[in-house]
Amino acid sequence: MKILVAVKRVIDYNVQIRVKADGSGVETENVKMSMNPPDENAVEEALRVKESGKANEVVIVSIGEEKSKETIRTALAMGADRGIFVKSNSNIEPICVAKALKKIVDTEKPDLVFMGKQAIDDDCNQTGQMLSALLGWSQGTFASKIELNENEISITREIDEGLEMLKLKLPSIITCDLRLNEPRYASLPNIMKAKKKPIQDLNIEDLEVDTAPRINFLKVEEPPKREKGIMVNSIEELVSKLKNEAKVI
Amino acid sequence: MSVLVVAENSNTELKSSTFNTITAASNISDEIHVVVIGSDCEGVAKQTSYFEKVKKVWHIDDPRYDNPIAEVIAPIIVKLSENYSHILAPASTFGKNFMPRVSALLDFSQISDVIKIESEDTFVRPIYAGNAFATVQSKDEKKIVTIRPTSFDPAISEGGKADIEKISFENDEKLVEFIGREESKSDRPELGTARIVISGGRGLQSSENFSMINDIADKLNAAVGASRAAVDAGYVSNDYQVGQTGKVVVPDLYIAVGISGAIQHLAGMKESKIIVAINKDEEAPIFNIADYGLCADLFEALPQLSAELDKLNTIQK
Ligand SMILES: Cc1cc2nc3c(=O)[nH]c(=O)nc-3n(C[C@H](O)[C@H](O)[C@H](O)COP(=O)(O)OP(=O)(O)OC[C@H]3O[C@@H](n4cnc5c(N)ncnc54)[C@H](O)[C@@H]3O)c2cc1C
Ligand SMILES: Nc1ncnc2c1ncn2[C@@H]1O[C@H](COP(=O)(O)O)[C@@H](O)[C@H]1O
Repeated sequence: MKILVAVKRVIDYNVQIRVKADGSGVETENVKMSMNPPDENAVEEALRVKESGKANEVVIVSIGEEKSKETIRTALAMGADRGIFVKSNSNIEPICVAKALKKIVDTEKPDLVFMGKQAIDDDCNQTGQMLSALLGWSQGTFASKIELNENEISITREIDEGLEMLKLKLPSIITCDLRLNEPRYASLPNIMKAKKKPIQDLNIEDLEVDTAPRINFLKVEEPPKREKGIMVNSIEELVSKLKNEAKVI
Repeated sequence: MSVLVVAENSNTELKSSTFNTITAASNISDEIHVVVIGSDCEGVAKQTSYFEKVKKVWHIDDPRYDNPIAEVIAPIIVKLSENYSHILAPASTFGKNFMPRVSALLDFSQISDVIKIESEDTFVRPIYAGNAFATVQSKDEKKIVTIRPTSFDPAISEGGKADIEKISFENDEKLVEFIGREESKSDRPELGTARIVISGGRGLQSSENFSMINDIADKLNAAVGASRAAVDAGYVSNDYQVGQTGKVVVPDLYIAVGISGAIQHLAGMKESKIIVAINKDEEAPIFNIADYGLCADLFEALPQLSAELDKLNTIQK
């Protein structure tokens, strides 16, 4: 069994992002970048499946600027076997990412694709579902638990009402929640080893995917700021303010 | 221009998110049709026909649709999509699950989690956990849009008498087997629509202590929420989580107890009308957005709050 994991390079979740003054986007120069957090869970889960003996290869794919290769390296240092880097200059839309991933799936023929449930930069929550539809495969989104069997995978999904349990026929696309597992850190020896692991270089043009944007970003602005309020000294004062000043209780 | 709204429902009633999505649709066009998919959901179709804003209801009813399976719903919406310029669904886990499939099958981009409709092709949506708002214009022939329910008022389900047309579709999808659901049942108001929300964080330390939050919630007729840390630690189940990867709430009053105020948490609550924070660390970032902050140990403050609320006999229920 082969597992493909799609990882995206995004601004680190600890960074307080800054909107550019000209409204064209957010500042990315000299900003710390990392692997999209739930994609780490996707890599971790793939490695656990491999370690349990149910899979023999974990392949990492990332689409983006040259530096996305570093994100692939991070996954290789965690223990993945090899990488596929698809170079694309602009920030391409989820539908185009999904089409590019479909081309990779067509040649790699994995049994499972693990992805993050949501990229924390665009907050789209689309790519996995789109890839699944393009392939005509089953999808298990927002997974917080999986169990892999012969020809099927049982998953627990986080939904607004609680949890949902499904059984999916393989091949399948799984999008991972942060609660799926605790991603490992790469050890120093593994970081050294990862430098020798192969990464295949492709261009998005090689995959013949139309990346022309369908969505124009007219402007990006800071959200309205909240005024800082006051500190109260006691519960009595708080309750009185809520009742008489804010009139919410 | 005409809009198709995909109704989120429980087979017995429409979920509140559908009410908000209908209002969003009315910002685009007067020709609003709603599709109700479910099992034994005739009552829901009827309920939907009462919206003044709704012109037509598609009623699709079969035991196969007892639970919303994305692989089953998406092809139905694709078949129905022909005569519509826009397809809208709530950005709940229901809508998030199947709408991107609809987009991909139709080969359009999707616009997720819209908080404002500028025009028929221009929308505002939060990015980076709500730290930036993007105004985006879609060039696609059809707009596939998910709506953040809390950003639109609920539509009024009165005065209308839309046509209900029952239709059916062939479907032999066998990729997915539904096994079950674990839903937390509670008599408290729904988190997404409650007027008051009280949330607990890691500061609560245990699920036993979390009952202090529940106690206050009952006195205020509030919904209970939590930070991701509190959910991860097992104090409460995942459906309580407020934030970037949880639920978005916009109550009149949000009370954050033992929550530090990470940007991912703020993403889910910072539009609340009044924010109260109770935290023992005066440097906690939550105080930067709180209207009323109380720097105190929650284990002292919560019992006091409970007693103080008992003294008030005029709490609006
Ligand atoms: C991709 C991603 C998505 C995320 N999505 C979400 C999300 O949707 N929602 C979310 O909430 N988080 C989310 N997080 C996690 C987020 O970054 C924070 O880790 C989390 O919100 C912290 O929860 P907390 O405030 O309860 O815990 P902490 O940050 O540990 O804060 C606990 C607070 O309790 C206070 N405290 C402790 N004891 C007491 C006491 N006795 N009395 C009073 N105060 C006390 C402390 O001073 C502290 O401020 C996400 C993270 C990532 C990376
Ligand atoms: N450029 C990309 N390269 C690789 N994977 C991606 C890329 N963009 C999105 N993904 C995957 O799709 C998931 C969901 O992204 P999104 O739909 O943008 O929220 C991410 O968590 C990644 O696993």
